[in-house]
Amino acid sequence: MTALLITLLAPVFGAFALAVVRPLRVAGWLNVAVSSVTFAATAVLAWAVAATDEIAGFSFRVDAFNVYLVVLTAFVGLTTSIFSRPYMRHVCETGMTTERGMRIYHAMYQAFMFTMLLALTTDNLGVLWVAVEGATLATVLLVSLYRTPEAVEAAWKYFVLCGVGIALALFGTVLTYFAAQQVIADPAEGLTWSILFQQASALEPSVMGLAFVFLLVGYGTKVGLVPMHQWLPDAHSEGPTPMSAVLSGLLLNVALYAVVRLKMLVDGSLATTASPHMAGQLLMGFGLLSFLVAGLFLHRQRDIKRMFSYSSIEHMGLMTFAFGLGGPLATFGALLHMLVHSLTKSAIFITVGHAAHIAGTQTIDRIRGLIRTQPAVGWSLLLGVAAIAGFPPFGVFTSEFLLLTATMQVQPWLTVALLSGLVIAFAGLFRHLHPMVYGPAPEGQLPVAANMLPVLLHLGLVLWLGLAIPSFLAGWLDRATQLITGVHLL
Amino acid sequence: MDHLLNAAAPVAAVLQAMLYAAAAPLLVGWIRKVKARLQNRRGPSVLQPYRDLRKLLAKEVRVAHTASPLFRAAPYIVFAATWLAAATVPLLAVNLPTAALADIIVLVGLLALARFFLALAGMDVGTAFGGMGASREMLVSALAEPAMLMAVFTLAMTAHSTNLAGVIDFQLSNEFALRPSFMFALGGLVLVALAETGRIPVDNPATHLELTMIHEAMLLEYSGRHLALMEWAAQIKLLLYGTLIANVFFPWGIAQSFAAGALGMGIAAVAAKLLLLGAALAIGETVLAKMRLFRAPAFLNLALLLALLGLLSHVILEVGA
Amino acid sequence: MSLVSLPLLQQFLLVLAALVLFTSFVLLSQARLVSAIHAFAWQGGLVAAVTGVVAVAGSSGHLYFSALLTLVLKAALIPWMLHRLIRRLELERHVESLRWPAIVNMVAVILVIFSYWLVLPMVQQELAFTRNIVAISLAVVLIGLWMMVVRQQAVAQVLGFMSMENGLFLAAVSATAGMPLVVELGVAFDVLVAMVLFGVFFFQIRQSIDSLDVDRLNRLTETVDEEADLEFSAAPRRPHTVTARPAAVEEAE
Repeated sequence: MTALLITLLAPVFGAFALAVVRPLRVAGWLNVAVSSVTFAATAVLAWAVAATDEIAGFSFRVDAFNVYLVVLTAFVGLTTSIFSRPYMRHVCETGMTTERGMRIYHAMYQAFMFTMLLALTTDNLGVLWVAVEGATLATVLLVSLYRTPEAVEAAWKYFVLCGVGIALALFGTVLTYFAAQQVIADPAEGLTWSILFQQASALEPSVMGLAFVFLLVGYGTKVGLVPMHQWLPDAHSEGPTPMSAVLSGLLLNVALYAVVRLKMLVDGSLATTASPHMAGQLLMGFGLLSFLVAGLFLHRQRDIKRMFSYSSIEHMGLMTFAFGLGGPLATFGALLHMLVHSLTKSAIFITVGHAAHIAGTQTIDRIRGLIRTQPAVGWSLLLGVAAIAGFPPFGVFTSEFLLLTATMQVQPWLTVALLSGLVIAFAGLFRHLHPMVYGPAPEGQLPVAANMLPVLLHLGLVLWLGLAIPSFLAGWLDRATQLITGVHLL
Repeated sequence: MDHLLNAAAPVAAVLQAMLYAAAAPLLVGWIRKVKARLQNRRGPSVLQPYRDLRKLLAKEVRVAHTASPLFRAAPYIVFAATWLAAATVPLLAVNLPTAALADIIVLVGLLALARFFLALAGMDVGTAFGGMGASREMLVSALAEPAMLMAVFTLAMTAHSTNLAGVIDFQLSNEFALRPSFMFALGGLVLVALAETGRIPVDNPATHLELTMIHEAMLLEYSGRHLALMEWAAQIKLLLYGTLIANVFFPWGIAQSFAAGALGMGIAAVAAKLLLLGAALAIGETVLAKMRLFRAPAFLNLALLLALLGLLSHVILEVGA
Repeated sequence: MSLVSLPLLQQFLLVLAALVLFTSFVLLSQARLVSAIHAFAWQGGLVAAVTGVVAVAGSSGHLYFSALLTLVLKAALIPWMLHRLIRRLELERHVESLRWPAIVNMVAVILVIFSYWLVLPMVQQELAFTRNIVAISLAVVLIGLWMMVVRQQAVAQVLGFMSMENGLFLAAVSATAGMPLVVELGVAFDVLVAMVLFGVFFFQIRQSIDSLDVDRLNRLTETVDEEADLEFSAAPRRPHTVTARPAAVEEAE
């Protein structure tokens, strides 16, 4: 429990401290320090969960499903903070933002980490909602940090669309509580997920079905499912690059986690009705739509960060589809995909940040010759895109392979759609990537001071996971699969 | 007792109709008196409208030479239709023989007939004011009628009958209940009443300015007994709407038998309610300003909205399963 | 179950819920911003009254606190903050009328009917009373959403958002006799922070496009040819950072 407490309290303390610390150097290092403490605490927590199978108490719950997500969140938070320290210092020096903006940035960074960790570890559906909304609120000011008209517009769109979506999710939560009250005597326990999960079959199916629709539309807006995705490309591309990395890598995962937790409840409730797979079918529908639409939109993009945001939408669609498909194979693949996608995407965004720094622009057409100018950046970008496109031996290939196998077993025709989507996305990514990394560098393009350690670490982990998943992780994913689908895979 | 009842009923019906015609100017006089007091004047006597009517009836009728026979006939038709409509609305007692006629749709139809001839009469002479008044009146009523129908249908849905007497009986026989649908219907009906009777904020009954006339514009060419009949018809219409609001939404006190005591109670109750409503109208007219004409549709849309909300509240909140 | 068989308190509850729906319509088409804020304050007050009546009927202690919280937050604090913002933004006399008010109102009525239909499957007899108010609250949420769609002024959109939250709170109170206190506090806190952030945003938007007409925020589309370059754009702002040069940058081809 202490590990859990430290995990949650460290970012809170960090947020308050960073709100008042003025010198930028100190703030940067303090951010890294707090993130390391958080990561260390989550590592200890994971160790404890590996030993005792789950930790629960005081409306918190860390079980096999969310423990690796918690560690992942803290890890990516740490590496991004390492990247952000010199990067934001440079940004501040170029005058894109003020010293006050930097204080807000650091404070909100830690507040954002707190809300995500809270969302992942809470057992109370209401607190989950509050945390996800809190995550939106924490990042809204950061998207508009640069105060350009585009940034303000992106932030406004983000705020309004996600706010509306989250409000609908609250309605779904209220309906869930309503269904729970008919079944669970103690009103204070009506929103506790673990209790609801045990009694899921007793929950009124019509109410839960309606609630799930609202919850899917609500939290799905934050996952970036088409057609509620309109805010995502803008918000992820207009904010500072460290923000893009954590938003793409972490927040989308947290939202999907919320959807899956609720799907588990709804599946239990609908199990004995005429349409027991309604939740799964909805997820599959939205997921497939997002996957295909995002893959097509990839081709039209002119801004590099927007392109990778669409790639995020595509992968989240794939994961949603996998969770909707159900069954141990697809679920295991989806859980693995959450992990590797997060690592790869954040690495890509960090590299993109450096690339844009080198080229002085985010427009794809004007970024050229990265490998010539700074091989570390160029090769990282190439490997990152290869990883995200699903090349073996990277981990994304493993999860996508598992998903395709599962789809073949259940719905063979959908495999065609998935494969074509994958091919379209691959084509789009490489079409844009190729001229950026290869070819001659433009006049006067100089390499920049870039710490590529976070990127190498992430890509290395993804490679390792593609080649050999460590047994404790496989065990967790398997237990999570069993929790979600009721069936073990391994 | 039955003989008495059978004899008393038509007598009571005729009595009620007479009372309508007789009491209408009194209501208008009361409203003018309260308004004057609010404006710090002494105001004319409450009986002044009677004197005005008597004066007009005695005067000579002058008809424009461009007028058609419709122009002469219209005042009688309008008065007759309005009086007949009014006579059906239960004023004193509920179970009158005319109750069979007291269907809401009949009421709306009779009022529409009266309005139709009024508008035709306004256009008949060919003056600009008359045509303008007629078109404005039609605009207002085109928007007000759906609102009124919607409001009364809300009542009808609860009472399972479009007969006004049936609605009142339903209200009196059930225990008191707070009905959101009735509240909204009342709001809608009040707004419609203001529009249909030509009171502020839709139309100023005392004005003769070109920009602001609606009802007055159509009457501009009339004189003598024709004008008297038209004015009286307008006053009866006001009493009709007042009685509709007072007796249908707050029916307590209305006579359900024809015993003298009950009838007396009925008269007292309705008089009290009408006095209150008249005072409220006078206060409203003093406090509000007349709207510009192009805002009248918004006003009536509000009335329609209220009536719609009443209907929706009935279906969603009151009916249950 | 017919209306007359319900206890008086529950009938009063239905009246209050109907009035909340009415204020929602008023909010939707109110042209003057200041009047719209007043309508929103009334809506908050009515929702607080509903909470109070439910608290009296069920005599659950924490609902009194919720009622007070809603009253203070939704009927007093947030309208006051909006008033203050409007004064600072000099929008006090701003009038923005809907382009097609009849259609907007009609769609709102359709939304009410739609939410009733949506909630209809929750059929059980003992749920009928609460189901109806849930229908009304869903209608308020959807009308708030619709208001955000049709209104172009940023403050009006925020009012729509806040009215959505009112509808959600009404749903929570009427369907479930209040969510656990910790959740309600969290939600209230989130709403307050959202309001503060909205306030900050109004100034940012106005600084950037010189008006609060959100339709003018249209630079980010899929078909823009010239995307503005963010972090490293515009030569005047970019100092050339000369770092240690590694091996040759350019090679003649």
